[in-house]
Amino acid sequence: MKVLVAVKRVIDYNVKVRVKPDNTGVDLANVKMAMNPFCEIAVEEAVRLKEKGVASEIVVVSIGPKAAQEQIRTALALGADRGIHIETDEEVQSLEAAKLLKAVVEKEEPKLVILGKQSIDSDNNQTGQMLAALTGMGQGTFASEVVVDGEKVNVTREVDGGLMTVALNLPAVVTTDLRLNEPRYASLPNIMKAKKKPLDAVSPADLGVEIAPRLSTLKVEAPAARQAGIKVADVAELVDKLKNEAKVI
Amino acid sequence: MSILVIAEHDNSSLKQATLNVVAAAKAIGGDIDVLVAGENVGAVAEAAAKAEGVNKVLVADNAAYGHFLAENLGELVAEVGKGYSHILAAAGTTGKDFMPRVAALLDVAQVSDIVRVESDDTFVRPIYAGNAIATVKASDAIKVITVRPTGFDPVAAEGGSASVEQLDVVKDAGLSSFVGEEKAQSDRPDLASAGIVISGGRGMQNGDNFKMLEQVADLMGAAVGASRAAVDAGFVPNDMQVGQTGKIVAPQLYIAVGISGAIQHLAGMSDSKVIVAINKDEEAPIFQVADYGLVADLFEAVPQLEEELKKVL
Repeated sequence: MKVLVAVKRVIDYNVKVRVKPDNTGVDLANVKMAMNPFCEIAVEEAVRLKEKGVASEIVVVSIGPKAAQEQIRTALALGADRGIHIETDEEVQSLEAAKLLKAVVEKEEPKLVILGKQSIDSDNNQTGQMLAALTGMGQGTFASEVVVDGEKVNVTREVDGGLMTVALNLPAVVTTDLRLNEPRYASLPNIMKAKKKPLDAVSPADLGVEIAPRLSTLKVEAPAARQAGIKVADVAELVDKLKNEAKVI
Repeated sequence: MSILVIAEHDNSSLKQATLNVVAAAKAIGGDIDVLVAGENVGAVAEAAAKAEGVNKVLVADNAAYGHFLAENLGELVAEVGKGYSHILAAAGTTGKDFMPRVAALLDVAQVSDIVRVESDDTFVRPIYAGNAIATVKASDAIKVITVRPTGFDPVAAEGGSASVEQLDVVKDAGLSSFVGEEKAQSDRPDLASAGIVISGGRGMQNGDNFKMLEQVADLMGAAVGASRAAVDAGFVPNDMQVGQTGKIVAPQLYIAVGISGAIQHLAGMSDSKVIVAINKDEEAPIFQVADYGLVADLFEAVPQLEEELKKVL
């Protein structure tokens, strides 16, 4: 079966985020960018399904500027077979991203679509669910285990209070949580091979989707800084402060 | 304006997060209806009707909603919600699951995880794991919003007298089914709404050592949490994780034990009223946000803490 994986180019998770002095956003100039960590887990899961003989082909898709092709190449080096780049310099919000991915789903007809549960920039946690709704598919969000069984997929989900398993008809959408797998690193030979793998570029207009943001960001600020408090000498002083100064016990 | 709040519950009791979401609805302003969707939810509907500020409780009681499957809830809420100006749910794993489906079915954007209401179309939400705070204006006719419960003080659970109306809408998308669940059994308070939280990190070394924290927690009536490092290391289950990708907590007192204070963890607890850090590394970043820091070996400090607390509690 064919698996479609969507990946996003975001600020590297090790980079300290700085708000621009004019409060229009976060400073991304000359900042290291990388594949969203949850998307890495999505790619890894698809590759493991292929290694098990469950997946036959892995198509990786990314939406974004020209530079997003770097993240597609990374996914190809990890084991995806071919890439689709939906090229745009506009800000693409979750609903439009879902509409663009829907157009790709209609063309590629994958049995399984795997996405990260959220991107670490906007922290929206929406695109996978929106794509599932728009395509009329079931969804297994926040997955910690994915088992394909004939025409169904069982997804174990990380939910408040524990784990929950659902069975979904295929085709279906899965979004990954942290503990689904531990992504591998790309080997140098595979990085070289990935450069020769096919990568098609299309525009949102080619897919019949108009980019029209519904949300406008009025300002972005740094969070209120918390002041460091005091150091206490021992446990007795700590308990005394909590009881008599902070009055929280 | 009219606001539909989707109740968070477990079919038997109303979760406190619902009261926080009603508070967010009050901040927006307008008539507030609450939708209770589930199976055998009579008691939940009664509780919702007593919440302060609720105008009407709508009840969709059917096996199709018993396990809160997003495919079925999404269709139900999109249908019931299309007459409202705002649809709100708590940003827990249930709301995060079905609300984007509602937004997509209504062809509107969703505003996730709001912590403040500026006006009926402008909301404040953390981005980049809480490293930046965005003020966002939504232009759609229907605003679909998930609410971070810790951002709003809950409305009173008692005192209201809303009418209760049964809905006859059954949406079974036939796309998904419930297979099973493993829920952690605990007599301790719910992590997300506890007044005191004591969390352990990688410094705990193993899962057995969390028993030390549990003993202190039971003395104080606290919930027990963990850092991502402790969960990834397999010390404790994932539902105990506090942080950007786990639970967001804001208790009166947060005690971080053997937690270094990675930004990912701070994003989940830095709104706590009082933060205590116990760590043997005095350079640990957790001390930069702690009101009271104790540089000590946790294996000596935690038993001492238990003894000292026994004297004063």
